[in-house]
Amino acid sequence: MSRRALSFLLPVLAGAFFIGLWYVVRLQVIAADQRFLLPAPDAILRAMGERAPMLWSATLNTATGALLGFGGAVALSFTLALGLSLSPLVRASFYPYLMVLQLTPVIVLAPILILWVGPGLKSVVIITFLICFFPLVVNTTQGLISTDRNLVDLFRMSRASRLQEIFLLRVPSALPYFFTGLRIAATLAPIGAIVGDAYAGNSGGGQGGLGFLTIIFSAQFQLPALFATAAVSCLLGFVFAGAVVGLSWLALRQWHDSYQRKDL
Amino acid sequence: MSASSPVVEFTDVAKRFGDAPPVLSGITLCAQSNEFISLIGPSGCGKSTLLRLIAGLSPVSGGKLLVGGRPPAQEASDLAFVFQEPTLLPWLTVRRNIEVMLRLRHTPADRRRALADEALSLVRLTSLATHYPRQLSGGQKMRVSIARALTLEPKLLLLDEPFGALDEMTRDHLNEELLAIRERQRWTAFFVTHSVAEAVFLSTRIAVLAANPGHIVHEVPVDLPYPRTPETRLSPAYQTLVAKVSLLLRSVEVSTPHAA
Repeated sequence: MSRRALSFLLPVLAGAFFIGLWYVVRLQVIAADQRFLLPAPDAILRAMGERAPMLWSATLNTATGALLGFGGAVALSFTLALGLSLSPLVRASFYPYLMVLQLTPVIVLAPILILWVGPGLKSVVIITFLICFFPLVVNTTQGLISTDRNLVDLFRMSRASRLQEIFLLRVPSALPYFFTGLRIAATLAPIGAIVGDAYAGNSGGGQGGLGFLTIIFSAQFQLPALFATAAVSCLLGFVFAGAVVGLSWLALRQWHDSYQRKDL
Repeated sequence: MSASSPVVEFTDVAKRFGDAPPVLSGITLCAQSNEFISLIGPSGCGKSTLLRLIAGLSPVSGGKLLVGGRPPAQEASDLAFVFQEPTLLPWLTVRRNIEVMLRLRHTPADRRRALADEALSLVRLTSLATHYPRQLSGGQKMRVSIARALTLEPKLLLLDEPFGALDEMTRDHLNEELLAIRERQRWTAFFVTHSVAEAVFLSTRIAVLAANPGHIVHEVPVDLPYPRTPETRLSPAYQTLVAKVSLLLRSVEVSTPHAA
């Protein structure tokens, strides 16, 4: 069998195996009166179908928050990384405070944000932004300062201006690092938006997101719907991660070693 | 620069980094137009540092260094440097890599294209112009690096062990190619190498350096006629010179106290 067919078939087989295992565990391992704790996959799919409009609007709200927070984090982290790449002194002065951003738990941040900007999209965007910001800025900065020393010499010898050195040399050579940060941030963004929504979202007027739905379903003890929400959250994460993998492929496939075919 | 004034003139030049012992000391060396000078010596004798001084990448600590009659950094427009590694931008095609120095100098696009075409044909890489560096062999990458230097139409070409990482056959071949290019373009060259055979084949003059601190102990003129071809390597005169320089180099290496 060709490698290509195998790489397509194996994940499908693995998925089928896990779903089978799920049924076996549910029916053979768990006692009958406890089975409601692990709803069957078909029940989860039914719950997803029944609550489709609700899940769809919540997903759109969460995706909006995630996208805005993520986009803002990308733009601002890039600008800041350019500044941080200028000198070790600048980095030493700013890094500790960047850590503060990353280390402050969302559960502490949420009430503060609610008081400052009110519950809703704004708070969700800010929380997502804060969660995505750190891996982006750290990776991009590392990329910008890891330029091949010889290439820098070459540019300096050609009397390249500071701007030429940054945009023709440092930025392109930082792209692999930037995309590493982007991949991490892309998987964090939907999670950030969902957590943000749960703590600082606004449930009124159809503004609730997946975090809000999670709270509702758990309060109502609707386990299949809860599992359905988890599945939809994963799908949203896949969309984000997939988009970044695609962008990274477009930007790097021609020249970067990570896209080199093994048999080349 | 006129034919009479030297292209590069070292007068009792010293170089030290910070408080460390000097890397170079008492360097006096004069390169006339069209000379091809090889610098050979044990590791750590400051050969590469000497090139970096000429390129203005690092200031001298003592003595006087004139490049084209002026202090180094200001003469850079007709100077080109070829590094030990190919030093290509991996995200650019061969052609764009060759053009990159010209882009930095804001050379107009059509002029850029013409110079790149010429350099590509000089190193016989025209057919690979749209390839990316990772698709090339080590020797091809080095030829791109040389082509890039040639687009600057240099009067002074500095080569820091450019063929050190290549196998012997590729190296011999590129040596011949470099001399063939030299027949068509006139530049003065400083060439750092560890290979005696390479130094003799290429040079008009060889400077043998000793370490701790780096200084020139011998200057050997190479009066083999150009153009030099693979047959040159078979001539008794060539082989005598290789033997002579090898002996000089060995005496230097034996008398140099090794740090490790």
